[in-house]
Amino acid sequence: MHQGRGYLPPIELRSGSPIWTNLFTLYGANIMGERKVRYLSLEEGGFSLLLLAAAIFCLVIAGKTWDQVLAFHTALIALASLTGIFFIFRRYFDGNNTPAPLEINGKPNYNMGPVKFTTWAAVFWGIAGFLVGVIIASQLAFPALNFDLPWINFGRLRPLHTSAVIFAFGGNVLIASSFYVVQRTCQARLPGTIAPWFVVLGYNLFIVVAGTGYLLGVTQGKEYAEPEWYADWLLTVVWVAYLLTFLGSIWRRKESHIYVANWFYLAFIVTIAVLHLFNNASVPVSIYSSKSYIVWSGVQDAMVQWWYGHNAVGFFLTAGFLAIMYYFIPKRAERPVYSYRLSIVHFWALIFIYIWAGPHHLHYTSLPQWASTLGMTFSIILWMPSWGGMINGLMTLSGAWDKLRTDPVLRMMVVSVAFYGMATFEGPLMSIRAVNGLSHYTDWTIGHVHAGALGWVGYISFGALYCLVPWLYNKKSLYSLRLVNWHFWISTLGIVFYICAMWVSGIMQGLMWRAYDSLGFLEYSFIETVDAMYPFYVMRAFGGLLFLAGAIIMAYNLVMTVRVGEEVESEAAGQPALAPAE
Amino acid sequence: MSAWKKHQIFEKNSLILIVGIVIMISIGGLVEIVPLYYLKSTIEKTEGMRPYTPLELAGRNIYVREGCYACHSQQIRPMRDELERYGNYSLAAESMYDRPFQWGSKRTGPDLARVGGKYSDEWQRDHLIDPRSVSPTSVMPGYPFLMDAKISPIEIENHLKVNALYGVPYTEEQIKYAKADLMAQAQPDSDAAEGFAERYPDVLIRDFDGNAKEVTEMDALVAYLQMLGTLVDFSLYDEKANLR
Repeated sequence: MHQGRGYLPPIELRSGSPIWTNLFTLYGANIMGERKVRYLSLEEGGFSLLLLAAAIFCLVIAGKTWDQVLAFHTALIALASLTGIFFIFRRYFDGNNTPAPLEINGKPNYNMGPVKFTTWAAVFWGIAGFLVGVIIASQLAFPALNFDLPWINFGRLRPLHTSAVIFAFGGNVLIASSFYVVQRTCQARLPGTIAPWFVVLGYNLFIVVAGTGYLLGVTQGKEYAEPEWYADWLLTVVWVAYLLTFLGSIWRRKESHIYVANWFYLAFIVTIAVLHLFNNASVPVSIYSSKSYIVWSGVQDAMVQWWYGHNAVGFFLTAGFLAIMYYFIPKRAERPVYSYRLSIVHFWALIFIYIWAGPHHLHYTSLPQWASTLGMTFSIILWMPSWGGMINGLMTLSGAWDKLRTDPVLRMMVVSVAFYGMATFEGPLMSIRAVNGLSHYTDWTIGHVHAGALGWVGYISFGALYCLVPWLYNKKSLYSLRLVNWHFWISTLGIVFYICAMWVSGIMQGLMWRAYDSLGFLEYSFIETVDAMYPFYVMRAFGGLLFLAGAIIMAYNLVMTVRVGEEVESEAAGQPALAPAE
Repeated sequence: MSAWKKHQIFEKNSLILIVGIVIMISIGGLVEIVPLYYLKSTIEKTEGMRPYTPLELAGRNIYVREGCYACHSQQIRPMRDELERYGNYSLAAESMYDRPFQWGSKRTGPDLARVGGKYSDEWQRDHLIDPRSVSPTSVMPGYPFLMDAKISPIEIENHLKVNALYGVPYTEEQIKYAKADLMAQAQPDSDAAEGFAERYPDVLIRDFDGNAKEVTEMDALVAYLQMLGTLVDFSLYDEKANLR
């Protein structure tokens, strides 16, 4: 008997007989003391009902809709839900649904299965997303690569690229690292057995639904929030489960204080939920149509969109990854965080100020000037907490700077924080109205985004993956540090190519648009400014290719680490024995 | 007791920490978004603005579907070069019926806020089928498949209904005849064209894609492009009216 858990009526199981004979053997009476009696836990029952409801809802839509993409997606979600129910009940009838012990020999029994899954999902989606990036960069240089087809034209692949790298790659890194960090820093196992898997599998199902939707022409047409209403609903359910699973671990913590990395993870999870709900508030044309219309229109929609858009950067790509910085850099450098007080100031200042910065995307538009001025002002103020955080990360290395020479993984993370500092200096600069007048609508913005995305988010993620895989699989170290070095230098070269090309093309295009000849006429037609971009688009695609090559080297290195890496023999090495993969 | 000690309440209570986070992230958003619903300049009614016809709305949805906003903005800034290149700067009122807004963030191609009427239907069609046939160094993808895709009338009345739910002034008649109107705008010689012209006065009614037999997605997209930025007559617009 599992005391203290919720129960559905017990089901008697006759061991040795096939599943179908047990399926209907349901007893209402409590058969205390019977050895073979097991209970369906509240978690198993609850998730089964949730999945069943989802499956029925989706099957009804799939059966009745005229919209082929919606039929495909709802059938996919229904299939996934039914598979989930099948696995819950198979576990139950196989008799191995006893919850894993919270502790073994007085040590926390961590649940690393979902962490492993998301770690590999991140590697896979990262390479996929970088590849699509290289393809669309090449399409801009060589438009024949669009092949006049709907499914792979630039307009449909571009959201696929941004979603794949931000939400699929970045999202899986965040879920993997947050589930790892929250368990280790709270000395507690993730709550539940189904819930963590529901989060990681549900999130990746959302990615598949969203991504295939873009290729098939289903999109809301809002940047970084392209998934349509049903994908948004799916993400909402998964996200609530994510928040509760994360919080559940915090509630089990042995230490009275919540570690600073977890504050950032919490801010990331909570704020993304708020942003997601408001920016995707839409009413579908009908329940049988994949198309919906957003509640906000015109200038209000623009403001809500960039409130969302800039805070997707601020909370998804910054707060979440700062949490990674606050755990993985001290851990790898074996030094405490530089200043605890600075991290407190950093945290509150960052989340308060970031939320204001959105309207700097709307300078000189129909948005009232006071709003974009507010956005600009707070963007400049934001420079301070950003650099405060950077200093906190970098100075954590004090006394351990020599490790940069010998440990390319630490070097990658430190360079990542340096890129963070660069991007968070360039950002406030570009938010100034006069500068923005030149930079907006040009490739300068694209270059700026990639300095942050490739340099900061990419490198801190690679650093975290290089740390996680040996830890998760009880390996002494990575398969090859030399390969990490190759990855580091090849991708650094790629980033330099990328951002330099975009600086030149962006500033050049901005200047060409506003150039006048001696008679007072516009000097260039628009198409002449497009022509001038060609060499830089080729250079950018080459830079992206180098970055992709680096990621492939990383994937090989990580796989080889698991396959041939040397096991940690004893717990004295610092990593306690981990639970076997589930 | 120092302030640092007081901060422990957040470090020790996850729910208080969450409440703190929610308060901190709410302030900026509320200050910036809420006023946009009562300030005159963002909700002004401007002469000439009307809801999209069913065909234009369908065209707009194709514009959204193909991700045109990834390379084209629809927002002209009040700068000398943009005014000369594209026309009058964009007004908030001009996107009041835009769900979602399509101001864009990148100009790999030119701004389209006032592209309506700048080129002929034939040019738009040729350009969409093969951009390099009319603009040899363009990097735009070709969209020849729009010519073969018949426009789908399914649920078009529901599209209007959802917009009406948000206060877009579609009349009951317009919703009722949405299916017929969708086809009629591209079939000037059909019987339904007359009723359409009554329901939507001063709207372009012509065979946009040069294929009189069918109403295609090309019809819809060109109909949308040809009306972009043409609704407000700037010889009559008083830009000082909303100054306070």
